Amino acid sequence: MLELRNITMRVGTETHIHPTSLVFKPGSFNILLGTTLAGKTTLMQLMAGLEKPTAGEVWFNGVNVTGVPVQKRNVSMVYQQFINYPNMSVFDNIASPLRVGGVDRAEIKRRVGAMAELMRISAMLDRRPAELSGGQQQRIAMARALVKDSDLILLDEPLANLDFKLREEMRDELPKLFGERQCVVVYATTEPTEALLFGGQTAALHQGRVADFGPTGEIYRRPASLTGAQVFSEPPINTVKAVKSGHMISAGSSLTWVAPEGLADGDYTIGIRAHHVTPFETAGSVPVDGTIKIAELSGSESMIHFDAIGGDWVSLSHGVHPFVAGARATLYADMSACFYFAPDGTLVRSGEAEGRH
Amino acid sequence: MRRVSWLVPTVYILFLMLPIYWLVTMSFKTTNEILGSFTLFPQSFTLENYRVIFTDPTWYMGYVNSLIYVTINTVLSVCVALPAAYAFSRYRFLGDKHLFFWLLTNRMAPAAVFALPFFQLYSAVGIFDTHLAVALAHTLFNIPLAVWILEGFMSGVPKQLDETAYIDGYSFPSFFVKIFIPTIAAGIGVAAFFCFMFSWVELLLAKTLTAVAAKPIAATMTKTASSSGYELGLLAAAGTLTIIPGAIVIYFVRNYIAKGFALGRV
Repeated sequence: MLELRNITMRVGTETHIHPTSLVFKPGSFNILLGTTLAGKTTLMQLMAGLEKPTAGEVWFNGVNVTGVPVQKRNVSMVYQQFINYPNMSVFDNIASPLRVGGVDRAEIKRRVGAMAELMRISAMLDRRPAELSGGQQQRIAMARALVKDSDLILLDEPLANLDFKLREEMRDELPKLFGERQCVVVYATTEPTEALLFGGQTAALHQGRVADFGPTGEIYRRPASLTGAQVFSEPPINTVKAVKSGHMISAGSSLTWVAPEGLADGDYTIGIRAHHVTPFETAGSVPVDGTIKIAELSGSESMIHFDAIGGDWVSLSHGVHPFVAGARATLYADMSACFYFAPDGTLVRSGEAEGRH
Repeated sequence: MRRVSWLVPTVYILFLMLPIYWLVTMSFKTTNEILGSFTLFPQSFTLENYRVIFTDPTWYMGYVNSLIYVTINTVLSVCVALPAAYAFSRYRFLGDKHLFFWLLTNRMAPAAVFALPFFQLYSAVGIFDTHLAVALAHTLFNIPLAVWILEGFMSGVPKQLDETAYIDGYSFPSFFVKIFIPTIAAGIGVAAFFCFMFSWVELLLAKTLTAVAAKPIAATMTKTASSSGYELGLLAAAGTLTIIPGAIVIYFVRNYIAKGFALGRV
């Protein structure tokens, strides 16, 4: 079990990680979700012991490992860049942690062979990493990380530099690789879709703070806060300020709908994900008038950016819906699927969790 | 256009090769022929000049001395520059950029500025006229150059490589020797090449800091010219031989150099 207890990281006057506490169970798959500079890599370096926290403690299986150098911990890490030892053959690359660990030759040969088989790089063991493709190079790095029985495996956006097809392929394979192991896996990504595909637990990071932490599907449907919802939405979540009084809730005169039952009167920030805003009317949807800014049509999907009440809105829908930039248009927001956040940002009601979505 | 495309490089190369050709043909001529007539090829071909150099210790010891201090200097410069360049490429510390720049400014002063202080200092501590004296003096220029070249190469290696090695369990020294140095081998080759070349061609300090025991070939050449009149054939032969070590070194690092010019910031 990996525990971060009020871990803090400051570099000079900048705070990279604000006091953070997280607990990861053995055999769990954990995702760090956040944009670039959200602190994912720093947090991983702190977990691995590559960096020493300014304050706070790292505990592993009931032992305080805060000051323990990375060499003395049993961790593995795979980076976004394909990091391999260029002067060594593929075999030696994978064997390197075992050699340093003093494993005997026959055992090294057996384990590297098995791992290469699993990673489908058996035919390239005599070659140098630079002679292989990006996908294969990342497989070497992955094999090296998995060949020793680490207690903690850190994957820092390992698929980000791969092309689309390879990424899909490795996404399918990844969870199988960890299947039986009793190690803690931490996977950093910038893409909410990737987090949802892997499931497990997700920590949504924003500017060095954990905005939300819990089972991935759960925090997607019921984010604890507006920030959490913003981190876990791609394209960005639409937000608008609204006031509830009586049966109705309204965000200005043009956007009014029936408030859900049990919602107290007062001010709210409404969050509605892009795929709940469509160019066509659906049952119970509310019209939103605006001016089209850009319409990006990508084969089977339309992403429409438009200017409406409260600022920028994004709509994501199936099918091709051509709009001309600058034109007036009406889009429809399915308010039964929206989030109601209190003025301080905490979630009051989640349409996605309670509604039909 | 087709014809011009080979013509231009050919003319250029001929132009570059002409002085070297002239030096080499001169080395196979007698002094009388050199002074007496204008000839494109040696009329009376002779190896006498080379025989003199390879049999007379005052001549061949010049090469031996030069090679000794150049080798000491190259090894010393690269060994000192490696950790320094690593620090500049991997750590941020107070005044790092200024220190880096200051290192480079050492190269901006002419060697003559340092000749007197070195001469006096080395005489005082008793290493005047030793190979070490010249090797040490040349490190003043070569270490900054080597640091500069190596820093470029090291910064081209992602920091994550270091981290991966630590995660695999390597200690810093074993990572540095087993993984990092092989990774930047090209950079070390380029740095060593520049140190070698600078030290090999530098005359002023080498001449000032030696008398007999460690006298470099360049000093022998200038001295011979002044004492025994015009021995042009002999000097040409010595000059030809002086080019050879450089040519050999270039041959060995040629692949690295090409890679090096692209990768590092030379």
